[in-house]
Amino acid sequence: MIRAGILALGIAALSTAAFAVEPDEVLSDPVLEDRARAISANVRCVVCQNEPIDSSNAGVARDLRVLIRERLVAGDTDQEIYDFLVLRYGDFVLFKPPFKPSTYALWLSPFAILLIGGVAVAVSLSRRPRKPASKDTHLSAEEETDLAKLMKEDTSL
Amino acid sequence: MKRLLFALPLLLALIIGGFAIWGLSGGRDPSALPSVLISQPVPQLDLGPVEGVATPGFTTDDLVEMDGIKLLNVFASWCGPCRAEHPNLTRLGAEEGLTLIGVNYKDKPEAAAKWLDELGNPYAAIGSDFSGRAGIDLGISGVPETFIIDAEGVIRHRFAGPVVGDGLRRFMEALDEVRQ
Repeated sequence: MIRAGILALGIAALSTAAFAVEPDEVLSDPVLEDRARAISANVRCVVCQNEPIDSSNAGVARDLRVLIRERLVAGDTDQEIYDFLVLRYGDFVLFKPPFKPSTYALWLSPFAILLIGGVAVAVSLSRRPRKPASKDTHLSAEEETDLAKLMKEDTSL
Repeated sequence: MKRLLFALPLLLALIIGGFAIWGLSGGRDPSALPSVLISQPVPQLDLGPVEGVATPGFTTDDLVEMDGIKLLNVFASWCGPCRAEHPNLTRLGAEEGLTLIGVNYKDKPEAAAKWLDELGNPYAAIGSDFSGRAGIDLGISGVPETFIIDAEGVIRHRFAGPVVGDGLRRFMEALDEVRQ
């Protein structure tokens, strides 16, 4: 009983975030509608900023959804629609920033850090002795003298 | 060499702390978006007049032909902050010799006419943007927004939010920069 209640609450909590796309916006052509949904999931709402326009209730987000659908019906490609939006709102509206000189640092720095880490690991591994110590490994003459000296000093043993 | 390694955590803390101080100071607004329209000509607009208001509508060509610095103000009668900034914009237009151009955003014509009757109409032209398409072309995220357009018809500054209080101060700074 309690479990069912929790489940119902959970479902209710999830459903509040669901579709902002209103029925009157939906296109009759399911292929175009799917493309519209895919595009609007990639476009940031400029009012709420961390929400795609697909799930935003802001007025501008709705306008943009309607506009994307109009352009799809008019025969625009997905790229043309993205270009149209970027021209007006900048790269910021795309959740996935484009790969260009001003974003090289953004895209490449993770790989650079990985490379630095990899080099550091490789260097520290190569400095270690190749073989781990075993019964057959012997101390060097220098180490033997050091050891003898220590043993002599510590008489409690 | 080994000793230097021990300084590494301190160095990391300094770098992260430095970024934190930079991020928290200086009155930066992290949600402020850069506008792609800065240093660009005004996008092509062709807006008819608001029904019941004597002020004419405008096209981008009309706007470019006007002399001096222009303020393109996107407003609506349903927007509270627009009401707050209205006297400031009116005063700026009169005292600083700026031409005010209005874009009436998603507004009922009769409500807009009533609003202008009540508060005064400082605009040289008002375009009606009932559909909100001009707003999208201007890349606005809400109302009010005010663009500073120089004598050549190039957008020099985008100001989102009402031109009041600290906003007025920042707006004046931007205006001074455009004038230089």
